[in-house]
Amino acid sequence: MQIPYETTARPDTGLYNAKLGIWLFLASEVMLFGGLFSAYVFLRMGSDPGYWPHGLLNVPVGTMNTGVLIASSVTVVLAWASLKMRKWNAYYGYMLTTIICGIVFLTVKLSYEWPQKFEHFGVFLKKESVSKPNYETYLANDKDLGGEERLEITGHLEKMEILRDNKPETVAGENEQEGLSPSKAAEVLQEPNVKLVAYELHVDQQFVDFKNAAHGDKKVDRPHFWQRPPSEESVKIEADDIASASAFFPRHSSYFSTYFLITGLHGLHVLGGVIVFIYFLLFGKKLYLRNPEHMANRVEVAGLFWHFVDLVWIFVFPIFYLL
Amino acid sequence: MAKHVKGYLLVGALLLVFTGITVWLSYVDFGSPKWNIIVAMIVATFKAGMVAAIFMHLKGERVTIWRFLIFTAIFAFGLFMLTFLHESDPIMGTHHAVHQ
Repeated sequence: MQIPYETTARPDTGLYNAKLGIWLFLASEVMLFGGLFSAYVFLRMGSDPGYWPHGLLNVPVGTMNTGVLIASSVTVVLAWASLKMRKWNAYYGYMLTTIICGIVFLTVKLSYEWPQKFEHFGVFLKKESVSKPNYETYLANDKDLGGEERLEITGHLEKMEILRDNKPETVAGENEQEGLSPSKAAEVLQEPNVKLVAYELHVDQQFVDFKNAAHGDKKVDRPHFWQRPPSEESVKIEADDIASASAFFPRHSSYFSTYFLITGLHGLHVLGGVIVFIYFLLFGKKLYLRNPEHMANRVEVAGLFWHFVDLVWIFVFPIFYLL
Repeated sequence: MAKHVKGYLLVGALLLVFTGITVWLSYVDFGSPKWNIIVAMIVATFKAGMVAAIFMHLKGERVTIWRFLIFTAIFAFGLFMLTFLHESDPIMGTHHAVHQ
């Protein structure tokens, strides 16, 4: 069946139908992401001092991924231009590059960035416990270092002490280097008759900076570009002092729940784009030979979607990684 | 078309440069985090504008699409404004701090 106005413009709108359709879809996408971004603004403005974390994401990796997405936006528009100039081979190369960029983006996100978060651990202290000397050493709220009051100690979980049927026991990881995986710790705590006594964690490097900082040194609280491994120093946090403790899962904080929701939804959009592009790459030749303009229009429309996904990331990157 | 291709490459390069600038600016101390946020959002909006105008061909696009987008912008703006209602405690007595 021949669908009208797939290559020529409809006289009343001045557009071919698919283009009108994709723009309406993108308008609804603006509202979808707009809702999530405004939820982010709401949660962030409403968070009490000390409860909105900073500098927990890997900035160099995020920057690289931003570059990868921008590069893919360029290649997809070049793929479309190649079809307009009827150069199939150039189109094929650009489209393949776009797909590779999309896959690189997703791989970095799913196999590196997210799993790294799941191995990182944070403990929010009760307000009345923050000033206990062993925590105060690392939080250094008494040193006037600027910024909001620090209530959370982050790092890598080393081991935890528990009471199993009222008998003390230490749970450690498989080996010293890896430490105790937060998900395993959570599993143990789920068991009946198990009660947490204390977590012991290697604190992140920034807490060692706080410990060694001179009084009133405001520079020490500035974020770092390169991510640093956790220090060798460990701190023991008693169960009675803990307000909440979790790996960097959505339940850790409003920050991480919005982070995982928005980057997750964005990742699904990237995946959707990649699937469509793979379809164009594998099955596009037949349509191209029959009606090259129709094929070019398809690529343009999918490209518009892809640019929108890039555009969303342009906002996601600074608000989660940098600010 | 060949001229357009050059333009696309140029815009791509500019976007990469501005990404670098965004990262760099986030480490500059503007006195308060609020200013860092404002500056970062201005740069991001500029980058998004470039993507929309050049890659998405909004520059020189048909008026039909612009009409849609104007309404989208108005509704999205309204949506963001709703967020600020929570500062004003519109339903009396529901405004409370969570962590205490």
